[in-house]
Amino acid sequence: MRQVLARAIGGVAIIGLLAGSAACNKDTSSDTATGSNCGYKLAFFGALTGSAANLGVNISQGFELAINQYNEKKGSTCIEVAKFDSQGAAEVAPGVARSLVADKKIIGIVGPPFSGESEAAMPIFDEAGIPAVSPSATRVSLSSKGWKVFHRAVANDDAQGPAAAAYIKDTLKAEKVFVADDQSAYGAGLADVVKSKLGAAVVASDKTEGDGKQADFSALVQKVQSSGATALFYGGYYTNAGLIRKQLTSAGWKGVLLGGDGMKDPGLSKAAGNASAAGTIVTCPCSPPEAAGDEFNTAFKTKWGVPAGTYSDVAYDAANIFLQGIEAGNTTHEKLNEYLSTVNYKGIANTYKFTSTGELDPTLIKVWAFKFNEAGENVADQEIKIS
Amino acid sequence: MSTANGKTNGRAMRGLFGRQPVAVRVLVMVLVAVAAYMLPYVGSIPLIGPQIITQGIDWPSALFNMSYYVLLALGLNVVVGYAGLLDLGYVGFFAVGAYCTALLTSPDSILKTEWAWLYSIPIALAITMVAGVLLGWPTLRLRGDYLAIVTLGFAEIIRIVATSTDILRGERGFSSIPHPPGEGTDGKPIFGVADATPYFWLGLTVIILVILGVRNLDRSRVGRSWLAIREDEEAAEIMGVRTFKYKLWAFAIGAFIGALGGTIWAGNQNFINSATFQLQFSILVLAGVVMGGSGNIAGAILGGALISYIPDRLRGIEAGGVDLYEYRFAIFGFAIILIMVLRPQGLIPSRRRAMELKDREKEVAPQ
Amino acid sequence: MNFSGLIQDFGPLTIAGLTQGAIIALFALGYTLVYGVLRLINFAHSEVFLVGTYACLIVWGFFGLDQNSATPGMGAVIGYLLIGLVAAILISGVTALAVEVVAYRPLRRRNAPPLAFLITAIGASLFISEVVGVLTHRNQRGVPNLIRPTDVLVIGNMHITNLQILIIGLALVSMFALDQFINRSRLGRGIRAVAQNPDAAALMGVNKSRVIMLVFLVGGLMAGIAAVMYDLKIGVTRFDAGFILGIEAFTAAVLGGIGNLRGALLGGLLLGLVQVYAASLLGSEWLRAAAFIILVLILLFRPTGLLGESLGRARA
Repeated sequence: MRQVLARAIGGVAIIGLLAGSAACNKDTSSDTATGSNCGYKLAFFGALTGSAANLGVNISQGFELAINQYNEKKGSTCIEVAKFDSQGAAEVAPGVARSLVADKKIIGIVGPPFSGESEAAMPIFDEAGIPAVSPSATRVSLSSKGWKVFHRAVANDDAQGPAAAAYIKDTLKAEKVFVADDQSAYGAGLADVVKSKLGAAVVASDKTEGDGKQADFSALVQKVQSSGATALFYGGYYTNAGLIRKQLTSAGWKGVLLGGDGMKDPGLSKAAGNASAAGTIVTCPCSPPEAAGDEFNTAFKTKWGVPAGTYSDVAYDAANIFLQGIEAGNTTHEKLNEYLSTVNYKGIANTYKFTSTGELDPTLIKVWAFKFNEAGENVADQEIKIS
Repeated sequence: MSTANGKTNGRAMRGLFGRQPVAVRVLVMVLVAVAAYMLPYVGSIPLIGPQIITQGIDWPSALFNMSYYVLLALGLNVVVGYAGLLDLGYVGFFAVGAYCTALLTSPDSILKTEWAWLYSIPIALAITMVAGVLLGWPTLRLRGDYLAIVTLGFAEIIRIVATSTDILRGERGFSSIPHPPGEGTDGKPIFGVADATPYFWLGLTVIILVILGVRNLDRSRVGRSWLAIREDEEAAEIMGVRTFKYKLWAFAIGAFIGALGGTIWAGNQNFINSATFQLQFSILVLAGVVMGGSGNIAGAILGGALISYIPDRLRGIEAGGVDLYEYRFAIFGFAIILIMVLRPQGLIPSRRRAMELKDREKEVAPQ
Repeated sequence: MNFSGLIQDFGPLTIAGLTQGAIIALFALGYTLVYGVLRLINFAHSEVFLVGTYACLIVWGFFGLDQNSATPGMGAVIGYLLIGLVAAILISGVTALAVEVVAYRPLRRRNAPPLAFLITAIGASLFISEVVGVLTHRNQRGVPNLIRPTDVLVIGNMHITNLQILIIGLALVSMFALDQFINRSRLGRGIRAVAQNPDAAALMGVNKSRVIMLVFLVGGLMAGIAAVMYDLKIGVTRFDAGFILGIEAFTAAVLGGIGNLRGALLGGLLLGLVQVYAASLLGSEWLRAAAFIILVLILLFRPTGLLGESLGRARA
């Protein structure tokens, strides 16, 4: 009987332990500053933890920097930062989105960064009427769902695919191209556009599993080698791309690896090794960070201790668009959304003007090619003009 | 024979609760159910409430997440806890249910049927049960761990097919899956997108129905056959229990409950894609069932709720400047080890299982 | 269906599949050994492998080797390889023992049901991989180019590289050594005795606890060797590397007959081949599905795997 008792106590102790760890909550209450058009919150919604966190962290850092600078200028915590971690996963997003919506002080959202989580979270933001500006969700169909509050500060996949194809044809002058993708909505969509634009130059194609589900790409490597292709376009993210680049190099393939903005991350060269990654081309509907000006880059580096990453500058701009609107007295969801539809904001990365469906105005779209150098950094190569 | 046995062992088999008069038991059950329906408002209880609710994820949404995990745990409990069949790919059934609903209701589907959510349910349940039987037919002749790897393979194949075929749209997914029907007095739909509370209530109602169903099954001829199979398959076979038939039943019922979870989840989610149906998901649910107490309904419920609650609850908690959420699965893994080492029979074990374990402990060979 | 591609690339695919299969086979030994003796799926074995992939990288890091460093000279390479192997074997072995002591022993003391073991193993696996994930920020880690693959043997379009020979050779040697150890040595006899009948073995004076620890240790050592070979072949590791390959290794063990050492070798090689052939024929996205379909088909006709369960039943 004593044993039974001891065990029962053990069981209770475990539950107590869990409850105890749960008990020490983060103190969320904080004083709110007063002042004209102050006391509101802007939210970041996206992945801060998990495998997809790199891009989310880039974006949230740019976003937070903009708000900090604004508050410094005001001399008080005028606008508060609220961060919501969706892990970039569609199944997690709704619950997190609902907790965002429950905070009545939030009047604008920067995010969601990925297309899948946008599909799951945007209906909730739309119902609540909170305007959102995504710095990086590029799936074409997002703007045709009838969400009034959806905006994106970036060109969609329809712009990037043709640009990548044009680069392969005009700059690289590759005659035999192998196209592969990771079956993600983003990667497959991009690869399909590239395939159709390149036409007969595509000698073969393949599909791989997504990030974290495949490590041995020897069959793909073999196919690329025997196809005689001199260029491989991979629609996917840097995690798989780094692995593929490394295995291609060690199999002796000398061609060029190309990809979209999902591969524009130093993680690629860290995994593959600088020597192997050198020469890899990534397209991005974004401007080179140098274009953002030294001011932003130094401020970013001082604040976070790392150089600005992909889409940090766009997130910075997105936050500033909101801040300019709030400054002008648009402090309700409706007014702010109205303001977004008429805004014409010149930021550090681009000039922003939204169409009625929330797309970036087509005349403002820029696509750049970036190249990994021997030091493992991706540097601006050239702006791609699509004729 | 079994009835006589049941009478003599009756008192020992039942706990404190089981010895109470029927009226008391029913009353307690009703009170528990009412309390469960009030859970979305637990945050307004002073002092204790705020400690219970989740941060960073909306509390009703967290409750809804718990409800479909509990549903899955109940279903898996039938397969693992009652029939003793080790199933590592249970999420496969959840996926089949969710995909059937998506195919029948979403405008993205090639079927273009765009049915209401409610009409898709019977079809989804029927198809998933058939899938359960189709999987079980060839594989249930395998024993124990071989069955485990085959079911794991089944779930992986479902995921790969969902990812790689055009009909199931892979990661592009199905959007605009309709919500459950019904309008409130103000003309707004009850099941909107902003508030998860009605979904939780729906989930809870389904859970209660499933509990009633499973409990009756467990006490029927079917349940006794499962028990016999679990304890000693050869002996059961010799005694005239048609083991294959009842194992198949367990699989089909497990599939049915899994599909229920899948359809409700799809109705709440609005958007589904292949990225959700990971292997880790099945393994987690299995961990929940065993942790809670396999073979016991209350145990499965507790286990299912915990595997969803612990990670969600760790959101937004800071310890020494780091958000514990990043460590949620590490903490969770540790909690699993701790719970199993201290209570190998589960947190709320079935009394029969607990007694078996006691017997086993006496049999420990000299080390 | 790309039959011409498969036929054209048959040679190179075969050697690629055998190389991957050799790694899977070594990894699978851990599952098979533990299953043979304890009749339980050691889910945490995938993480034993994972820490091995990091251990050798960290040690090489001490020597200033990272993904960007140039290939060192021949003599140095052999030295580095040995050091890396020792580090991976040590760390993997220690991890396997730690899992045994922390997660399994308390349950074994109480003769807990097999399911309880499975769940603590899952807990241990989750714990280790997540801790590695948090510590590495879930980033990938590149492997130094210790061996620059060069063709050693060319038959038609089949180029066999020094790395492939090293991997397959090392796997076969380790397998042979283990087989001899289990079948010939005194300790191996103890393992077989416990596998056949634990209680009888205990009565005959075999220290069961020690045998079990030995089994975990040996499985860990093999996983350590597999981890180094994986690093060299794949070139990158990440916190979830163990999980992906673990499922494959477990499949291979079951395919060959879990509990059977030679079965693990056969299962591993077969799985490696099936996967590359399927990837070539149907596309890389179907590689895992093909592996499972083959598994189900084989189990339907041979319910205990190709060679049957036989660690215990091998001739004495």
